[in-house]
Amino acid sequence: MENHKIAFQIHQRDNVATVLEKAGQGETIDLTGDGKEKKITAVTEIPTGHKIALGDIASGENIIKYGVVIGRATADIPKGSWVHLHVMQSIYDQRSSHLDIQTGAPKDTRYE
Amino acid sequence: MKREKWTWQGYERQNGIPGIRNHVLVIYTVKCSEFVAQKIVEQSGSRDVEMIGFDGCTDNQYAVDMLISLIRHPNTGAVLAVGLGCEYIQPEWLAQIAEKEGKPARWMFVQEMGGTRLSIRQGVAWVKEMLEELKATPRVSMGLSDLIIGAECGGSDYTSGLAGNVAVGRFFDCLVDAGGTAIFEEIVEAVGLDWLLKDRAVNDKAARDLQVTYDKALEYCKSVRQYSVSPGNFAGGLSTIEEKSMGAVIKSGSRPIQGVLKVAGSPKHKGLWLLDSTPDPYWMQFGITNPNDNEGLMDLASCGAHMVFLVTGRGNVVGSAVAPCVKITGNHETYQRMEEDMDFDASPILRGEVSQEELTLRLVEYVAAIASGELTKSESLGHREFYIPYKYQEKEVVTRRTCEKNVWTE
Repeated sequence: MENHKIAFQIHQRDNVATVLEKAGQGETIDLTGDGKEKKITAVTEIPTGHKIALGDIASGENIIKYGVVIGRATADIPKGSWVHLHVMQSIYDQRSSHLDIQTGAPKDTRYE
Repeated sequence: MKREKWTWQGYERQNGIPGIRNHVLVIYTVKCSEFVAQKIVEQSGSRDVEMIGFDGCTDNQYAVDMLISLIRHPNTGAVLAVGLGCEYIQPEWLAQIAEKEGKPARWMFVQEMGGTRLSIRQGVAWVKEMLEELKATPRVSMGLSDLIIGAECGGSDYTSGLAGNVAVGRFFDCLVDAGGTAIFEEIVEAVGLDWLLKDRAVNDKAARDLQVTYDKALEYCKSVRQYSVSPGNFAGGLSTIEEKSMGAVIKSGSRPIQGVLKVAGSPKHKGLWLLDSTPDPYWMQFGITNPNDNEGLMDLASCGAHMVFLVTGRGNVVGSAVAPCVKITGNHETYQRMEEDMDFDASPILRGEVSQEELTLRLVEYVAAIASGELTKSESLGHREFYIPYKYQEKEVVTRRTCEKNVWTE
């Protein structure tokens, strides 16, 4: 049996799952947790602990994890791709839209 | 699930809430009498004797309320209060409260006893007398519906929001469905989720109390300029504050929220409750919300929790006086590395090895075993930490004190 990377889906209503180990583009990932589907193919690289889209998500649609809305898509997100600050934002907190997508470092504070 | 096997023999209490332990609680009423109290506990030679106390000489209503709540706690069978003799907190009055609860009690002033050695000798003798008396405590059948369980998280990592807290949430749903009582805390970590908490409020009063408590916590965050989210969280894969907050709030499960408890308050009835441990605004300023993990556990115990859960991804060794502490991790490496300290491994769910239902069942069975007298890992190792600070809280959720407008409702 192949040793696939794992992505964990917390709630059956979720449209994202959390990748437990960094997955490369084109890699098949086993889905564990509450979802119906058992596998998904990563269409982008996805870092450890980050989210993968379980279906196509249109710009403006809610991002759902834990069965609740955790933010909103700011671009069309294809199934199997990385979901993070570059394609979604908080409904509550504006500042997280101004953070670097790799490091999380703030880009709205001047260091002069 | 088969519920009939989850029954055990508890200890009957006068107020009708049975205990899962029957301990002698030795209480020092100022730092100056701590050493004597500590030696009494050590020399009593029994696992059923433990210690709490308050360090300050000047008293504090919040701290006194905590001491009293732990005297009235169902796991406390008897009390020895040890004072120096010139502090504000009155050991005699603490002993009287225990007696009113039908619990054997003694008290002393070290100054009157004649110093360290004589106080320890008298204290050990009294504790041994009370241990004998406790052998006669009537036993009573208990089940999940009699249990009060509290939960908090600390030393979190990415598994906490995925597995550890999720397992506790499912357990709490099961506990509440069985007629028991669940308490969760850390409203400061629920930023962005007030709508979710209010949606789950059982009635208008609960919704209002949740909103007021949330607003106060947010004001606290603003005043110290610290939200519970940092660049490292985003780098680790969390995209929004809502997502991070949900990782903490998920440990409350999904059942209706009955209302808000203050520290040292008792749930008025069964079901799921939020514990507000954030200081209330006062002229002495806010104070620190949760200085450490043990303080959070003590807050839960002060509300009568028989047992307290600590969810920790990175691992912790701390225990808790009065209420046995069950440490739950969603990180398999942490569990393996610290198995002597970790009670429950929630990580099999991440690897797809068990269903959520099976994992919940395992946790229920573990809890039933601990309730029936088996020791938690921290109890076995002798962990009995406690932490009672100076703090200010109102007795009830209040929107604003009349004497100080504009403190946090501007």
